[in-house]
Amino acid sequence: MTLLEASGPLGPLLPAHLSEFVVGIVLFIVIIVVMRKVIVPRFETMYSRRIDEIRGGMDRAEKAQAAAKAALEKYQGQLANVSSEAASIRDQAKADGLQIQAQLRDAAQTEANRIVDSGRNQIAAERTHALEGLRKDVGAMATALAGRIVGQTLDDDARVNQTVDNFIKSISDDTKAGAIRSSTNSSTK
Amino acid sequence: MSNGVGSPTLLTGEAPVFDTSAFDSQPLFPSAVWHQSGGEQYTWTDIWLTNHIAMAIIGAVIVIGFWLIVSHNMKIVPSRRQWFGEYVYNIIRNGVGRSMIGDGYQRFVPWLLALFCFILVNNWFGEFFPFMFPTFAKIGFAWGLALMTWLLYNYVGIRRNGFGHYMKKMTIPAGVPKPLLLLVTPLEFISNFLTRPITLGIRLFANLFAGHLMVLIFVVGGTYLLTYTDNLPYNLAGGASLLMSFFIFALELLVGFLQAYVFTVLTAQYVSSALSDEH
Repeated sequence: MTLLEASGPLGPLLPAHLSEFVVGIVLFIVIIVVMRKVIVPRFETMYSRRIDEIRGGMDRAEKAQAAAKAALEKYQGQLANVSSEAASIRDQAKADGLQIQAQLRDAAQTEANRIVDSGRNQIAAERTHALEGLRKDVGAMATALAGRIVGQTLDDDARVNQTVDNFIKSISDDTKAGAIRSSTNSSTK
Repeated sequence: MSNGVGSPTLLTGEAPVFDTSAFDSQPLFPSAVWHQSGGEQYTWTDIWLTNHIAMAIIGAVIVIGFWLIVSHNMKIVPSRRQWFGEYVYNIIRNGVGRSMIGDGYQRFVPWLLALFCFILVNNWFGEFFPFMFPTFAKIGFAWGLALMTWLLYNYVGIRRNGFGHYMKKMTIPAGVPKPLLLLVTPLEFISNFLTRPITLGIRLFANLFAGHLMVLIFVVGGTYLLTYTDNLPYNLAGGASLLMSFFIFALELLVGFLQAYVFTVLTAQYVSSALSDEH
């Protein structure tokens, strides 16, 4: 081996130095080792992380979309529930209103009947009272009339008639006054 | 580092002596022994630390440094630096590894990436200061990588198929009539086990060697003609030649990339064929 260009039968195809051949291989192996231990793992780790990230991003987006869809369906369902509920409440209110109306009407009717009944009872009581009073008065009046008739001459027909007429008239006046007071039909005969 | 090229004898009109010393390795730190013996004797540093070996080491350091920097603190959302790293990484990982090897390509990505970057950086040394010399124009380095590829695809092929089945697969193509096998089997053997590594090594070496030679010719020859006394046509031709050398440099950048890529793709291709179930 010389330091000058090899000049054998192979000419420049033979290495000038075996050292080139060996060093070339050694350096190449060193680079391969660095690539295998450091460089390529760095790239591949980063690539797989990137793929995970992209895949994860897509999953997340899908999940978000599903969630949004679920929420939409839920709200639509709720909306439908609400409107049907509102309708049922309206119906209920209408029914309640009708019921309350009926109840009030019944109550009013009952009250009216009660008032009418109590009125009737009062009238009846007053009528009884008036009748009793009248009976008492009629006796007294008959007695008074009889006294007056006895005190005058019975010959004079005209005077007797007039006395009777006056009496009846006075009764009639009494009756009228009683009628106004009790505001009922005349209790006089 | 490519010193002593041609050493055209200026102003005399003598034709320059063009020797190949531009491609010679020199000890990086010439020892006293080497100097005294006129370069005939040497210590181990004279051989193991030549200028070209130093270039290869620097190239490896650049490759490792580059990848350590671009892969530092990687984020899911890449920075500009990381984006560039991913771009280069994906050229090899997806463009070469995945598309050539297919299933199980991941385990070859470090190899292919190392191969591509190591060759590329060393090739581009030919176009950039301070080296101005492509490392793989020294064939020793090219043979080294070719051997590594040869070992790789045979190793994975034997591991996948077993030695017997692998040899059968590599030398006896399916569907060939029996009598023809007499012809085909030796050809297949030569093609798969000899031609592949040899062509890999020579292709890489020859492209870089020839490219560097071209650059030398255009630059050295152009300089010689440009500085030739009292000969305007020579001077014009020399100027044109120097201008042309820029084009050659650009071409060499492309060739440097292409050779790195081709070496890597072929390695992946060989691995793929060694792993495949059918030939």
